[in-house]
Amino acid sequence: MGKSLFEKVWEAHSVRELPNGQTQLLIGTHLIHEVTSPQAFGMLLELGLPVRFPERTFATVDHIVPTNEMQEPYSDPLAQDMIVELRKNCAENNVTFFDTDTGKQGVIHIVGPEQGITQPGTTIACGDSHTSTHGAFGAIAFGIGTSQVRDVFATQTMALNKLKVRRINVDGQLAPGVYAKDVILHIIRTLGVNGGTGFAYEYAGEVFDSFSMEERMTVCNMSIEGGARVGYVNPDETTFEYLKGRPYAPKSADWDAAVERWKSFASDADCEYDDEVNIRAEDIGPTVTWGINPGQGVFIDQNIPSIEEGATASERASIEEALEHMKLDGGTPIKGVNVDVAFLGSCTNGRLSDLQEVAKYIQGHKVNPSVKAICVPGSQVVATIAMELGLDKIFTEAGFEWRGAGCSMCLAMNPDKLVGDQLCASSSNRNFKGRQGSVTGRTILMSPLMVAAAAITGKVSDAREVFEILEPAAV
Amino acid sequence: MALEKIIKVTGRGVSVPGDDIDTDRIIPARFMKCVTFDGLGEYVFHDVRKDEEGNLRDHPLNEERYAGASILISGNNFGCGSSREHAPQAIYRAGFRAVIAEGFAEIFFGNSTQLGIPCVCASSDDISKLKSAVEADPQVELSINIEDKVILCGEVSIPCEIREGARSALVNGKWDPIQDLLDGASDVDEVVSGLAYMAVKYGIYICAN
Repeated sequence: MGKSLFEKVWEAHSVRELPNGQTQLLIGTHLIHEVTSPQAFGMLLELGLPVRFPERTFATVDHIVPTNEMQEPYSDPLAQDMIVELRKNCAENNVTFFDTDTGKQGVIHIVGPEQGITQPGTTIACGDSHTSTHGAFGAIAFGIGTSQVRDVFATQTMALNKLKVRRINVDGQLAPGVYAKDVILHIIRTLGVNGGTGFAYEYAGEVFDSFSMEERMTVCNMSIEGGARVGYVNPDETTFEYLKGRPYAPKSADWDAAVERWKSFASDADCEYDDEVNIRAEDIGPTVTWGINPGQGVFIDQNIPSIEEGATASERASIEEALEHMKLDGGTPIKGVNVDVAFLGSCTNGRLSDLQEVAKYIQGHKVNPSVKAICVPGSQVVATIAMELGLDKIFTEAGFEWRGAGCSMCLAMNPDKLVGDQLCASSSNRNFKGRQGSVTGRTILMSPLMVAAAAITGKVSDAREVFEILEPAAV
Repeated sequence: MALEKIIKVTGRGVSVPGDDIDTDRIIPARFMKCVTFDGLGEYVFHDVRKDEEGNLRDHPLNEERYAGASILISGNNFGCGSSREHAPQAIYRAGFRAVIAEGFAEIFFGNSTQLGIPCVCASSDDISKLKSAVEADPQVELSINIEDKVILCGEVSIPCEIREGARSALVNGKWDPIQDLLDGASDVDEVVSGLAYMAVKYGIYICAN
C-alpha cells in the first residue's frame, strides 16, 4: 500500500519516539517573527543554549509594522521595542532577517514562498497558526507556540503527535467570480471550525490541479480555521515552475535533483486516507461570513441564518451571540449590509495575483465615499512588482489607500484598526470578536474581489453583479 | 530540572460559557505588544470581562463569588484560532491551573500541555452538570484526577478524557519536552545527514531580487 505525502515527510523527519509516546520531529525550516519569538530567545538565553541551526532559521517583521509610517522610531514605542528586539536577537544568533530595509520584508507566510525558502517534502514551523500556508508546496508546516519556538531554536526539533490525514477532493470547475477563498470558506462551513482537529488536510482534485501556487496558498492558509493544523497540496509542475529561479531555490545541477526528490514525496495513487471528502466545484458560490467564526458563512445570495435554524441548543446560542455582535438580523439577506471599511491584504489574500485580479476590475470604479478602503501588499516584493505594473495607481485612482507591507488590519497589532462597531469587508482569515482592533468591530470575510465590490457599493455585494462577470454561455 | 508530576488539580471552578472561545478572546492581540509574558495575566479574557469603556460586563469571570477559581469550564473547540502561547500563558498567570471543556483546538491544547496546564474533555451533559454545580455553590471543590481521568465535583464523579501522550507527560513530569529533545541530539544529526535540503547552504544562493 502506498503512502500519503504527510506520512512520507513525517517518516523522513522522524528522529525518535519520545518517552511520552510523542514523536521527536526534525523541523527543516524555522520561520520567525517579532511577536512570538522574543520570549523564546529569552528562554534560550536562560538555558544557556545557542540556536542549533541558524542557517535554517529565517526572520521577518510583519505583525506590528505600521503600513503608513516608514520612518523609525515608530510612533508606537511598543512596536519599536519589538522590531529592535528582533534585530538584536537575529544579529546575536546569526539568523537571516528580512528587515524593512532589505526590500524583502513582509508577512512571513508570503516571504517564505516568494524567496523560495518554502520547498516540497520539507517540514516547516513558525510561531503563527497560518503556517499551514506553506503546505501549498507539499511541505508539512506547523503553527507552534513560543515554547516550541524555543524547542526548535535549541534542537531543530519538536515533540508532536502524528496527525490523521483527510483528503478533500474538489472536482469540477469553479464558476467565474468564485475564488480560492470561496473554496476554503466553503470547506470550513461544510466540515466545521473544529472538523479538522487531529487531521492534516490534503487538498486535491481538478480545482487544485488547475490552481496557481498563490491560490493553493490561500486555501492552505485557512486550514487552521477549520481546525486542521496542517493542510497541503501535492507538489506538481505548477509548484516547480513557481520555485524555479527564486533566490533560495536550488540552482543548476541541484535543481534537477531537487525536483526528482520533491516528486517522490507526492502521495501515492494507492494510499489510503483516514477520511475522504468530495466536494463539487459547481456547488461553491461566492461566500461571505455573517458571524464570529470563519465557519459561519453563507453564499452571497443566501440569507443570514436565524436562531431557530440552529440544530442544537449550543448552536442556537452561537447564532444568537454572533447575530448580537454583528448587529445583523437572522433570516434577512447578507447582501446589502452596510460596510464601513474594506481591507485588502493579509497572508490569506495579500499576494500579487490577489491585487492583480482586483485591479483588473476596479478601473473606472470609485470607492463609495462612506467607505475607508485600504490595500496592503503582503510583502515589499509584492508591493514593488505591483508598482512596476502600475497597480498602485489603479488602486489609488479608485479610492483605495495604497500601503506598505505587513499584517495590518488582519489582526490590528499596528495602527490599522476598526473604530467602534465599524463593519469591515475583509480579505483576511478571522472574523473573531475584536479581531480587527475594536472590541465591537465587525468583520465579514470574503474574497478580494468581493472586498472591492463592497468598497465600491458601500454594501456587501455580489462582485459578479458589480463587475458584470457573466457565466460563460452554455455550449 | 525535574518537573512537577501533575497528577491531580484541585480548586474551585468558573465557567466561560460558549463554544469556540478563540485565542483573541482569551488574550486580545493588542496586549501581545510585549517581549516577555510577564503581566499577561491581568489581560486574560479582557474584552470578555470589560466593554469598550472599561465597564465590567455581566460575566461569571467578573463575579466576586467566583474569585480565586483556578479551573476554567467551557464549551467545544476551546482555544481555537491563533497559535499564540500568550493565551495559555495569560490563563496560567491569572491563576488558572486546568481547563475542562467539551473539546480543544489542537495548537492551544499542545501549548497548554507544554506549560503544565491540563486540558481535559468532558461530555456536553457532564459540563452542564459541572456548571450547574459551580453556579449553585461556587465554593464547591473540583478535583481533576489526570492519572485516572476522573473529575470529582463534591460527591459527584464524572469521567474525562485527555490524549494519552499528554496524560502520561503530565503525570510523569515530562510535560516540557526540552530535555528529551536535547537528549536526542545525535539522532537529530543522523536524520539531518539523510536529508539533502538540510545540507544546502542557502546563503550561497542569495541573489538580488
